[in-house]
Amino acid sequence: MNLIARTAATLMVGFGLALSGCGKNENGGSTPAANKPAETPAAASSEIIIGHYASLTGSEATFGISTDNGIKMAVEEQNKAGGINGKQIKLVTLDNQGKPQETQTVVTRLIEEQKVVALLGEVASSRSLAGAPIAQRKGVPMISPSSTNPDVTAVGDMISRVCFIDPFQGFVGAKFAAENLKLKRGATLYNRAQAYSSGLNTNFKEAFTKLGGEIVSEQAYSDGDNDFSAQLTAIRGQNPDFIYVPGYYTEVVNIARQARKLGLSVPLIGGDGWDSEELKNAGDALNNCYFSNHYSQEDTRPEVQEFVKKYQQQYDGKVPDGLAALGYDAARLLFNAMGRATSLSGKDLAKAINETKNFAGVTGNISIDANRNPTKDAVVLEVVNGQPKYKATIKP
Amino acid sequence: MTQFLQTLFDGVTVGCLYALIALGYTMVYGILKFINFAHSDVFALGVWMSITIAAWLGVGAADQPAPAWYMGALVLLGTMAFCGFVGFVIERVAYKPLRKAPRLNVLITAIGVSLLLQNIGQQKFAFGPYPKSMPKLLEGGALFTIADVQVRTSDVAVIGTALALMAALQFLIYRTKLGSAMRAVSFNTRNASLMGINVDRVISFTFVVGTMLAAAAGFLYGLKYEGQAKQTADSMWVMLGLKAFVAAVVGGIGNVRGAVLGGLLIGLIEFFGVAYVSSQFRDAYVFAILIVVLLFKPEGVLGRATVEKV
Repeated sequence: MNLIARTAATLMVGFGLALSGCGKNENGGSTPAANKPAETPAAASSEIIIGHYASLTGSEATFGISTDNGIKMAVEEQNKAGGINGKQIKLVTLDNQGKPQETQTVVTRLIEEQKVVALLGEVASSRSLAGAPIAQRKGVPMISPSSTNPDVTAVGDMISRVCFIDPFQGFVGAKFAAENLKLKRGATLYNRAQAYSSGLNTNFKEAFTKLGGEIVSEQAYSDGDNDFSAQLTAIRGQNPDFIYVPGYYTEVVNIARQARKLGLSVPLIGGDGWDSEELKNAGDALNNCYFSNHYSQEDTRPEVQEFVKKYQQQYDGKVPDGLAALGYDAARLLFNAMGRATSLSGKDLAKAINETKNFAGVTGNISIDANRNPTKDAVVLEVVNGQPKYKATIKP
Repeated sequence: MTQFLQTLFDGVTVGCLYALIALGYTMVYGILKFINFAHSDVFALGVWMSITIAAWLGVGAADQPAPAWYMGALVLLGTMAFCGFVGFVIERVAYKPLRKAPRLNVLITAIGVSLLLQNIGQQKFAFGPYPKSMPKLLEGGALFTIADVQVRTSDVAVIGTALALMAALQFLIYRTKLGSAMRAVSFNTRNASLMGINVDRVISFTFVVGTMLAAAAGFLYGLKYEGQAKQTADSMWVMLGLKAFVAAVVGGIGNVRGAVLGGLLIGLIEFFGVAYVSSQFRDAYVFAILIVVLLFKPEGVLGRATVEKV
C-alpha cells in the first residue's frame, strides 16, 4: 500500500458518492410533446401548457408511467370536451429518472423553457420535496398526485395534493393490523433514505402503540440495498406477528422473497408504495400480505368503473393502479380549478385549487383543507399471487 | 445463537461475493498500479448478462421449475466469456494506449469507461432503463436447517462456486508458467520484459481474468438475490463495487489472499453491525473499517506479510 493507492482510495470514495447523484445522461421525456422545441409565446396563447415531472425510467419507473397514463387520459378527455375556455391543453412530461437531483433540473426546465402554467408531480415524496420549493419560488401551482409525506404541501401555498397523507396512512395500517387481523406484536423495516418511508414508519409506530400494540423490532435499510437478511434475521429473533414494510415495490419484492427464505412466514403490511404490477415478481412470497391504497379497481362506484373501463380501452387492457387513478384525479382537479379561476396566473390558479370542495374523483371525494391536503377514505388490499384484491375500507 | 449463526452464514456468503469482486481490483492494481473504476460496472454487466443469456437459452422463467444444474453452469460460463471479452476490449482500447502516460490519466479514463458502460447498459437496445426480474436457476428454499439456521441452496452454490474460482486462481498464479509471468510483471515490469515475458499479453490476460471473476460474482449475485436487478446506472452497483474495493484495500491492495480475507471481513462486519448494533449505519461500518485500517496499517492486513503481488 503506498501513497498512490491511498489517494486513489480517497478519490474513489468521493467519486462513488458524487456518482450516486449524477450517473446518467439526460434523455428527456418519453412523450412526443417533450421532444418538441419550446413553444413560442404566440403559440402559447392559443393553448395552455401544463408540466408533469415523473420517474418514467429508473427503479420506480411504473410509478411515473402509470401516473403519466392517467394524466394523458384526463388531458385528452378535456381537449375533446373543448379544452378550457376554448383553449386546448398541452401536456409536457419530463423524466427525472427517479432522482431528486434530476428532479430539480427538470422542474426548472418545465418552468423556464416550457413556461408551464401549472405542474403535476411527483409520486415519491422525496422527489416532490425536491421540486416543490422551485415551484413555490417561481409561483407556479403544483399538485402532487400521490406524495403522502406531510412536508410536501407544507412547502407553501402553491403546493397541494389529491391523496391522503401519511399520518392517516400509518393509522390505516395500524388499525387494520390491530383490529381487522387482531395482531399484537409488530416489527418494522423501512427505508431511512426516503422521506415517504421513514415518515410512514414513525406514523405507523405511533398509531399502533396507541391502539395497544407493541413494536418489538425496528430495522432500517437504504436506497440501493438489496440484502435484507441481516435485518430480517434480527426481526425473526423477536418473533413478531407481522412486519410493517413502508417501502417501494422494488424493495418489497426482494424483502418478501428473502423473508420467506429465512422461514419468516408472518404477514407483511405496507403502504401505497407497493402499488405496482411488478408485485407479480414476488410470486407467492407476498401471499397473505396487505397494503393500504387510495382506491381499489374492484370498487363498484360508477366513477371507478367508468375510469377502469376507459383506461383499459386506451392502454391495451392494463388494469389501472392507484397511481394512474390519482394522476387522472390530479389533472382533472387542475382543469376544474382552471375553469373556476379568475385568471391563469399562479396566484389565482393556486387560490382556485385550494378552494376545491367536494370534487368527485375516482379516488373519492376531494376537499382541499387549510393545509392543502384532502381528507379521504383509504382501502386495504390483499396481495393474492401478485394481484391486489380488495380487503377493507378504513375511514378517517 | 440462531441469530448469530444465521448472521455468520449470511456474512460469509456476501463476503465471498465481495472477495470475488475485490480480486479484480487487486489484480489490476498489482500489475498496472491503478484502480479500475470500471470494475463495478463489469460486475453489473455480469448480472445483466446472466439475465440476458438465461432468457436467450429459454431457462429461468419465474413460473417454470428451475432448469438442470448444467444450464446454470452454461449461463455462468457464457457470462464469464462475454464479460472477459468486454474486459479485453476495454483494456485494449482504453488503457493500453495510456501505458506510458501518468497514472492520473489512466484513472480518469477509467471513470470515463465506467460512465460509458453504465449509460450504454441502460439504453433500450442494451438492457433497458427498467429493473428486471432475475432468472430462476435454482429451486428456492432451504437445503437443510441446522439449529434453526436456514442453509439455502443458492447460498451454498454461491459459496461453493466462489471458493472453486478462488482455488483455480490460486493454482493459476502459483502453479502455472503464466502465473509466474504475472507475478514477475507485478514485481518489475521492465525486468520481466528483459526476461522475455510479453508484458502486454500478460497485462491483457490479468485484466481478462479479473473481469471474468467480476462477471462470475454478477452471476452469483443473481442467484442469491432472485428478486429484481436494477438498471446498470443505478447507484447500488457503485456502492457494491466500493465495498469490494474497500475489501481489497483492507486486505492489502495488490495481494490476492488479502482480497479474499478483506472480502470476508467486510461481509461479516457489515452483517454483524446491522444485526447487532443498528441497521441505520450499514455502509458506515464498512467505511469506518477502511479509515481505521488506513490510519493504523495503511498497507492493509496482509499488505506486507506476503511479498508476491499479482
